[in-house]
Amino acid sequence: MTWEVGSALNIGVILFSVIVIAAMLIWVERRLLSLWQERLGPNRVGPFGLLQVVADMIKIFTKEDWVPPFSDRFSFVLAPTIIMMVVLLSFSVIPFAPGMGVIDSNIGILFVLAMASLGAYSVMLAGLASDNKYALLGALRAAAQMVSYEVFMGISLLGVVALSGSFNLREIVLSQSDGWYVIPQLIGFVIFLIAGVAESHRLPFDIPEAEQEIVAGYHTEYSGMKFGMFFVGEYLGLVLISSLITVLFFGGWLGPGFLPPIVWFVLKAFVFVAFFILMRAAIPRPRYDQLMTYGWLFLLPLSLVNLMVTGVIILLGQ
Amino acid sequence: MFNLIKDTLTSQIVTLWRVFSHAFVKADTVEYPEQEPYMFPRWRGRIILSRDPDGEERCVACNLCAVACPVDCIALQKGEMEDGRWYPEFFRINFSRCIMCGFCEEACPTNAIQLTPDFEMAEYVRQDMVWEKEDLLIDGTGKYHDYNFYRVAGKQISGKDKGEALHEAPPVDVKSLLP
Repeated sequence: MTWEVGSALNIGVILFSVIVIAAMLIWVERRLLSLWQERLGPNRVGPFGLLQVVADMIKIFTKEDWVPPFSDRFSFVLAPTIIMMVVLLSFSVIPFAPGMGVIDSNIGILFVLAMASLGAYSVMLAGLASDNKYALLGALRAAAQMVSYEVFMGISLLGVVALSGSFNLREIVLSQSDGWYVIPQLIGFVIFLIAGVAESHRLPFDIPEAEQEIVAGYHTEYSGMKFGMFFVGEYLGLVLISSLITVLFFGGWLGPGFLPPIVWFVLKAFVFVAFFILMRAAIPRPRYDQLMTYGWLFLLPLSLVNLMVTGVIILLGQ
Repeated sequence: MFNLIKDTLTSQIVTLWRVFSHAFVKADTVEYPEQEPYMFPRWRGRIILSRDPDGEERCVACNLCAVACPVDCIALQKGEMEDGRWYPEFFRINFSRCIMCGFCEEACPTNAIQLTPDFEMAEYVRQDMVWEKEDLLIDGTGKYHDYNFYRVAGKQISGKDKGEALHEAPPVDVKSLLP
């Protein structure tokens, strides 16, 4: 067994830990939310309620896995697997630490963006196959939201790409050894953060699954483990966005030498996971048209200006 | 436009900070089975039937509680003792129906039926939710320690003729002219 990028052991460890962490986030999120709402949260099952995840898993695996008779069976079953697949595939290009990762791709950022676009198919298929008005409304909103926020998610990253001169995430991390990109690319970071929330439909941008308006949006008809896959897929997306922010703007695994690189990476990523949960606890959901207006009329021009200014400064510096 | 953006941003950031600062406030949760919550004395919980200070049942089977009950969970049957007192032959409360509204307590003329600050009444068998008189009757006087219905009421029972109750004058003899 060798411990290098792309070895079988490496892939296995990353796949296993990413899924376990995503599942544990169910507990982390509930505990953190309750911390900020002056409650205690789940603390009964196991130490600190840690085994709550196991209890949830047992419940969700043994639940009746019902496929509605009026649905389009093939796409109904296919939809939840897509979101799991594309998010897990996106993790393959994330450089967790030196010698830790699945692929050392030269087009890492493009790959992540491509997988994020494919994720839109999952929600669209789920909504259309369910043959349910709420699911359809949710899918419509999800598709529009993901497609429009992808645009400037990509553009906001281009500043980082221009500064580092590479699409390779590992090289982007290495080029931050003399300063994190969050300082020159603060606007890009903020835009990417907002777009990331919208991409993983987390609150406050959970408009596709807004309970108060459209039951549960595109996964209204899902139950059992198929719902569980959407659920874990959402948390996987959260981990992915946090890891991407860490890699692109906060120097990935780089940090003072008293902690191993992977610990730095996990710590930084966890800060962003916690921040996403804090946003869920604090900020109310905007209206659908507000979201679209905000995206197209404010964030898109801002990201373009950010890219332009970055380009000008790089050119002047040469 | 600029002001709008500035206000929106500051409002969001202030919100985030305010919510985050709640992390340093102690949680309000009472961890129930381990930690007993404080129950207020007037809490409307499990229903009891009390006795008067002499140790007799207070209930006089007037049926007012059963009439007042909005969910009809009280059932009782009047019986009469040899000395003329009324008492319930059976008194049955179906706690699976009871909504703890306290109307029975308000309706009761003898302070017999009272609600107590106890809510731990879960049962595995539904039939166990039906409580009979033996289950409901307590040995004490509940919230009203001195009240004894037959001592203040005009009702005639053996050993207490009309006009012998507390604060009561003997009945007027309408056939006599004497003052």
